Amino acid sequence: MAELVHVRLDDVRKGFPGTGPVLDGVSLEVAPGEFVAVVGPSGCGKSTLFTVLGGLEPPDSGRVLVDGRDATGATAPFAYMPQQDLLFPWRTVLDNTALGLEVAGVSRAEARKRAGELFEPFGLAGFERSRPGELSGGMRQRAALLRTVVLDRPVLLLDEPFGALDSLTRADMQAWLDGVRATFDRSIVMITHDLREAVYLADRVLVLGPRPTRVIAEVVVDLPRPRVPDVVTTPAFTALEERVHHALRSAMRGPVTRAQRAGGSGLGR
Amino acid sequence: MTATPPRTAEPRPAPVAAPPDAATRARRSSWRRAWPAVVLVAVLLVVWQVYVDVSGIKPQLLPSPLRVLEQGWAHRDQLWANTVPTLQVTLVGFGASLAVAWALAIAADFVPWIRRALTPLLVASQTVPIIAIAPLMIIWFGFGMLPKVLVIALVTFFPVAVGLIEGFAATDKAATDLLRSMGASRWDQFRYVRLPGALPRFFTALRIGITYAVTGAVFAEYVGATAGLGIYMSIQKNAFRTDLVLAAVGVTAVLSVALFGLTYVVERLVIPWSRRG
Ligand SMILES: Nc1ncnc2c1ncn2[C@@H]1O[C@H](COP(=O)(O)OP(=O)(O)O)[C@@H](O)[C@H]1O
Ligand SMILES: [Mg+2]
Repeated sequence: MAELVHVRLDDVRKGFPGTGPVLDGVSLEVAPGEFVAVVGPSGCGKSTLFTVLGGLEPPDSGRVLVDGRDATGATAPFAYMPQQDLLFPWRTVLDNTALGLEVAGVSRAEARKRAGELFEPFGLAGFERSRPGELSGGMRQRAALLRTVVLDRPVLLLDEPFGALDSLTRADMQAWLDGVRATFDRSIVMITHDLREAVYLADRVLVLGPRPTRVIAEVVVDLPRPRVPDVVTTPAFTALEERVHHALRSAMRGPVTRAQRAGGSGLGR
Repeated sequence: MTATPPRTAEPRPAPVAAPPDAATRARRSSWRRAWPAVVLVAVLLVVWQVYVDVSGIKPQLLPSPLRVLEQGWAHRDQLWANTVPTLQVTLVGFGASLAVAWALAIAADFVPWIRRALTPLLVASQTVPIIAIAPLMIIWFGFGMLPKVLVIALVTFFPVAVGLIEGFAATDKAATDLLRSMGASRWDQFRYVRLPGALPRFFTALRIGITYAVTGAVFAEYVGATAGLGIYMSIQKNAFRTDLVLAAVGVTAVLSVALFGLTYVVERLVIPWSRRG
């Protein structure tokens, strides 16, 4: 089991030629074992934030710190699940989920064995030798998540893992991910556009502003765990969801000036 | 597939090839795809035959399809003896072309400046008029196999190399990012994603290339050879045996179509996962 780590993103700025600044001084922290959800307007830079955090794109300025040490550009602490499931049609489901281990130099047999052991808990038993195209949307997402979890890295970066699912399957998957989280002790950062999902799963919800983006609000979710699906109807849950919703709505209402931001509501970091 | 029932709320998707008689279905579906072409060829042949019969045109000028068939069959030993060297030259030439195309395409995928250097060259190789180059090849390299192999390589190299280079480059950035996040080296990215991802495009290019290869071989032989369908056509033309020229053309067509069909068989074996109609 990978050792849990503390992750800090320190005033990260990032732009692309043609887009101008996308990340405009994003700072955040993820405590060991914490589940942080990230929400924000579409196109604000959430996925970009993950590519910098996960060491795939260099920031223009700012740093990624893991346990206090500079880890900018390092991929090793992070298991990254991109927005598309990216299961390759030329590999069986088992070989897709074992890919990361193979890349890491684990022998093919050992990689398949380790990934295969997770098929049961991930609800994929019996589909080891299927092709990705034969799986339903929910199963594809679980396979992509299995491929991420089996890497045994301390921090999971999940980019809209359930974005492509219908709401019923989605609710199932959320309950199931909460179970996975309890079994596999990892820090998780998850991007989502579903506020209920964010509050239901996370210990903390970070709200990003429109592009150029930064963290404009933070909502601590102090609901007891394990969370049962019924929790969403409790007044405490509804109040938290409303706070996230409100922060997001005020963020999207017209361009926010720097002064307003700096003054903030005490929510930004 | 193990017999373990899936332990999930979702029902298992229906198996893809459920009906028992898959072979019959495949045969029926390939017939459904092929029949318009078959009917069209049959109609054209009938029109040709009727025209020759009705107009009473001299067979030296335009032989009827039945006469071509009849004379072709009567000279089948000669035709076969000339088909073998053509097939040989086609396969050797195309094989050489494939080997060089793969080597250069891989080099171009790994080294950007090689790619930039190569692209204009590839395009230029297509603008070279074969009609002018083929006789020069014979002058330079004689009547053996080498000039033919070179002509075939020249005409087939471009589609294959370009298909490969573009296939590698078409790799999704998100897929590359995924591999990088796993810690994959450039070589790992190539063998796990870029290479398999390029194979469907490669087979498309292979099909274009193989038909060019047969035509290229026949043309090179036409210019100068000791044996082969090309030189056979040239000799029969000079003897005013248009029926035998057309018989040789027919053999060339059959050869092309057979090699073309073979690429589908190989494709199905190499990339069974590729979904294609
Ligand atoms: N590699 C890139 N090159 C150029 N522009 C990019 C790149 N990646 C993202 N962008 C731009 O950055 C902005 C934020 O994109 P993204 O992070 O995907 O948003 P989100 O995930 O929040 O929807 C978009 O305008 C997008 O076009
Ligand atoms: Mg995104």
